[in-house]
Amino acid sequence: MKYVDEFRNAELIKRTAEEIRRLADPDRRYRIMEICGGHTHAIFRFGLHQLLPKNIDLVHGPGCPVCVLPSARVDEGLEIARGNDLIFTAFGDMMRVPGSHGSPLEAKARGAEVRMVYSPLDALKLAQDNPDRRVMFFAIGFETTTPSTALTILRARERGVSNFLVHCNHIMVPPPIRAILDMPDMTLDAFIGPGHVSTVIGCEPYRFIAEAYGKPVVVSGFEPTDLMQSIAMILRQFRDGRCEVENQYARALPWDGNPAARRAMETVFEPRESFEWRGLGFIPGSGYRIREEFAAFDAEAVCEAPGVTTLPSDPRARCGDVLKGALKPSECELFGTECTPETPVGALMVSSEGACAAQFKYAHVTISA
Amino acid sequence: MTDFRDETIQLAHGSGGRATRRLIEGLFAPLLSNPALDAMGDAASLEVDRSRLAMTTDCFVVNPLSFPGGCIGSLAIHGTVNDLAVSGAEPVAITAGFVLEAGLASSVLRAQIEAMAGVARAIGVPVVAGDTKVVEHGKADGMYICTTGLGRVHERADLDPARVRPGDRVLVSGPIGDHGITILVARSEIDLETDLASDSRSVLAMTRALLDALGPGVKWMRDATRGGVATVLNELADAAGVGVAIDEPEIPVRDEVRGACELLGLDPLHVANEGQFVAVVSGEDADHALESVRSVPGGEQARLIGEITEAPARTVLGRSGYGSARVIDVLIGDPLPRIC
Repeated sequence: MKYVDEFRNAELIKRTAEEIRRLADPDRRYRIMEICGGHTHAIFRFGLHQLLPKNIDLVHGPGCPVCVLPSARVDEGLEIARGNDLIFTAFGDMMRVPGSHGSPLEAKARGAEVRMVYSPLDALKLAQDNPDRRVMFFAIGFETTTPSTALTILRARERGVSNFLVHCNHIMVPPPIRAILDMPDMTLDAFIGPGHVSTVIGCEPYRFIAEAYGKPVVVSGFEPTDLMQSIAMILRQFRDGRCEVENQYARALPWDGNPAARRAMETVFEPRESFEWRGLGFIPGSGYRIREEFAAFDAEAVCEAPGVTTLPSDPRARCGDVLKGALKPSECELFGTECTPETPVGALMVSSEGACAAQFKYAHVTISA
Repeated sequence: MTDFRDETIQLAHGSGGRATRRLIEGLFAPLLSNPALDAMGDAASLEVDRSRLAMTTDCFVVNPLSFPGGCIGSLAIHGTVNDLAVSGAEPVAITAGFVLEAGLASSVLRAQIEAMAGVARAIGVPVVAGDTKVVEHGKADGMYICTTGLGRVHERADLDPARVRPGDRVLVSGPIGDHGITILVARSEIDLETDLASDSRSVLAMTRALLDALGPGVKWMRDATRGGVATVLNELADAAGVGVAIDEPEIPVRDEVRGACELLGLDPLHVANEGQFVAVVSGEDADHALESVRSVPGGEQARLIGEITEAPARTVLGRSGYGSARVIDVLIGDPLPRIC
């Protein structure tokens, strides 16, 4: 298949693995965080961690939007929909994410009107097709999906759609990276930057990681050859004593990202003072809210959620430490006992991009390929 | 002794994955236990007056009722025949129960029954009895069909997961994932356009050819419906206590299915099929097995995709072709597209 197979070329992957072995200094460790959940998924799907020398650790970062969404937001979204008789729509990713009273899918099984959509435009279309109902899009995602929500709200206004609402949970990549870098127990050496997010925000926002914190960043694509090449590029920076932001994903990613998408985002959204991240707590300036000018589309502004109660999360769940890379999933007390992919306590166990779900699937097996 | 503790039945209990297994193994199997049921095959194996019979039952719940490549009526016959076929049996007769929703257009019902009749005639299996119930409007997606199939087991068949050994090979009858992706697109929840059609068909001619050629050299067969090839291989690994190693580059998948799966973050191995089966054959007969399936019209794209291994036991591995491997697990719940 074009645009896929050439980036999964077995010979090229093997050659890059050899190059990585040559570049890695055997006398040191490399702890490299792949920020993006899409990378975590690809690493496990293609078994790339098995191709690396033992002194390179891949640490799974906070870039899986459903993994970091706190229960309170899921609870509020579902309660707003229930209390105001809205049709709740969300991406498939969201459907199994647990709130404190269950996931959207469980709410659906109990009779709530929950629909999966592929794009926010599908939710808008649902609103236009059902003028006597109100439709809410439960918006999640980093800067990758934020522009499409922004454009959908702009289109709703343009077309005068009055029965469409958005519950905004959009978040940003750079603030949690800064938060992780500021943690006292941080031991990371370098970062693999998120390719898709960067097609919007560009590479410039990562400069502080290299310049202020002295950690190399290589923004990467999602195929096996991309990730292997990015790791080699990081090792070359160490070998040459360089520390900079490099773009491995140049075939899709201009250095400056997509200014038009950013303009749409900035037109519709503004940073929240603070937003809660599951496991990481409240991080200043890390989430988006809908600007007042578009309040008519803002479910949080228009609807009340009187009945919403969020149960305190299980204090034994150590999602935060796992997200920071300070704890391996299997070192958490709940891992594999009370917290499994079927009965997840934390969202890291829900998504195939979550470090815990990945570990749960692979940890019990020693693979000799 | 039952150990099914879930408080309510959720959609995941019907998706063919881990929750389904918990429901069956924790509730149905212990309460209804008997030797034929406990074998947990696609069809039960019975001996009546020294005749080896296979018996299976299946419910069909499909939305939409018709889709490219098939409809609920054709699916009901194909699904029942396939459960018998992969149990090494030739279908003798089928019965069908219909749950109809008040308000269903008679023309729709007629079209479905005509489809059933056409498919049954082509396979050569009679529908010998039926039952009809009508429920209130809104209580069923138009119609549900429940079938029972009775078959006579091939005289040389000796299918038993306990006979599966390291060194045996895994055969798949053709490209996987067509049905699941076709249904996903036909439900129009996702705005994709494809030329795909469901693979809904009878696999009987292929399983017959395989058994005629190999007899007891065929050790195990399953049709890879809900939960896809990954789920049936995991069931095999568990039942036989062996490892299964699949060479991922060898798995036949159409470009359209791969493309849709890449876009939606799905794994073709988890996507449902309605006209493909997976077989384990003894290592020395593998090439002969492949030839015999390929010689049947519709079996040309069959492939040997992997082998049975000793370790890791009870695990399915996918080998990448560049020195790495991954665990291929059963599906949890329905496959949901990943977007963000």
